[in-house]
Amino acid sequence: MNTLYEIMEKVLPFSWMEYNFMKNALLAVILITPLFGILGTMIVNNRMAFFSDALGHSALTGIALGAVLGIADTDISMIIYAIIFAVLLNYIKRKKTLSTDTLISVFSSFSMAIGLVFLSKGGNFSKYSSLLLGDILSISAQEIRLLGIVFILTLLYWFFFFNKLNSVALNTSLARSKSIKADLVEASFCILIAVIVMLSIKWVGILIINALLTLPAAASRNISSNMREYHLFSVLVSVFSGITGLILSFYLGTATGPTVVIIAALMFFITMILGNIKNR
Amino acid sequence: MSETFDDKEPDDVYEKEPVNSACGLHCLKIKDLSVRAGEDTIIENINMHIHCGRLTAIIGRNGAGKTTLIKAILGEIKHGGSIEFTDLKNRTLEDLKVGYVPQHFNIDKNTPVSVYDMFAGYISRMPVFFKKSKKVYDYIKKQLSMFDAQDLIDKRVCDLSGGEVQRVLLAVAITPIPNLLLLDEPVSGIDRNGMELFYKNIRMLKEKFDLAIIMVSHDFDFVSKYADNVILLDKTILKEGSFEEVSGSEDFLKIFGRDYNEYTL
Repeated sequence: MNTLYEIMEKVLPFSWMEYNFMKNALLAVILITPLFGILGTMIVNNRMAFFSDALGHSALTGIALGAVLGIADTDISMIIYAIIFAVLLNYIKRKKTLSTDTLISVFSSFSMAIGLVFLSKGGNFSKYSSLLLGDILSISAQEIRLLGIVFILTLLYWFFFFNKLNSVALNTSLARSKSIKADLVEASFCILIAVIVMLSIKWVGILIINALLTLPAAASRNISSNMREYHLFSVLVSVFSGITGLILSFYLGTATGPTVVIIAALMFFITMILGNIKNR
Repeated sequence: MSETFDDKEPDDVYEKEPVNSACGLHCLKIKDLSVRAGEDTIIENINMHIHCGRLTAIIGRNGAGKTTLIKAILGEIKHGGSIEFTDLKNRTLEDLKVGYVPQHFNIDKNTPVSVYDMFAGYISRMPVFFKKSKKVYDYIKKQLSMFDAQDLIDKRVCDLSGGEVQRVLLAVAITPIPNLLLLDEPVSGIDRNGMELFYKNIRMLKEKFDLAIIMVSHDFDFVSKYADNVILLDKTILKEGSFEEVSGSEDFLKIFGRDYNEYTL
């Protein structure tokens, strides 16, 4: 790890790089942003923004459940709850009843409220408030390694299952006629999102994790005409916003997460204008 | 199981394989099929015998259960009764390769999926976000050219016209060659010229590959010209036979209100 730090200091000899916590934060950003850029492509294509939003909110409930059940590592209860929640939401979505989005909204609000009630009981909520904004500057080397493993695993999943995922997203009946197990593919994607959201929520924050998942892909959509461009631009926007946001937040003294989101949103407006010019 | 396309030489399925291989003198037997939703019966007592090399048209009013029947054959919804697939090689239902052209292919505007992306996603293991494989690209172009759609390969699917989408979907449906081709009102939203071309392609497929084709259609012009067998569906099979027999029947008159001849201008 120390050799990595030395390399970073040599390559980027800026004043903010002197701090270890900034080096760690930069490494985390370099891991998280391309991951979100990639996942975001399918989240936006499938119109699942509501889904990742609901998942983000469920984090508090997962922690609350862990606390209530006496589980020492609330990260685990958070992930397990998120997976159950994700599968449930996916099931509701598949049933395609008319009130799908209402139903999901009800479940999501109910889940979140239960978590908030538990955690705020006795007036102790302030220790969880760092979850809302995220605290990337407190990430440790061990946690960075975990992110690294998740990153590689996600890339593997993406490499082997993307075609099936895309086919199911385009038209489920057609995918099934091609012997693709649509239900498994959808469920596995939901679980993947759940796990990744839960693992990054401490750093990115509940309030804006959904923005980070969807804005880069949305920006990329404005200017892409095929899957290769879509992925490339989504990752580029995500990484650029992440790094620029991190550095800016250091100098401006603002929270990192929201700063990144502002830049990503600006990128979206820029690409929207560019896309309009291209189409004319 | 669907065939996946590895980076080997693509099988020139319609040049090396003899014409009858897709058919193998098979037939599809649908026995006493029914679909219920709670208390309601959507379709029941469906008995059909689908032979290869024949085009069976399913006609009926809106809400008669035609799309439900298609979904049941596709295995998408639970149904009572059975669907048997037999051929000379004694393969079973799992081996049945189905080509399906849906009625609606809804895709959002601005979705960055090109025809190549969509097509390759079904036949290739190389993930489409990674890089274009020249072999796959050329193969897809060849398949698309059967329906004069090769120039569409790099266009976004959302930018295609209704007729162009149908031609692409048809090419997708026959790659690889299926035993059964299912078409659910495939010409809704296509202009007159597009329709003629589409029907000619269907006939070409039927004759060249000896496919069994089931087509749901409202277009009696087409049905009278191209269908070998017509089934009038309204919750159950009311009448089956040639178009003349079915359109002359009482049930037809009851449902469509008047003689077929009044439909033609």
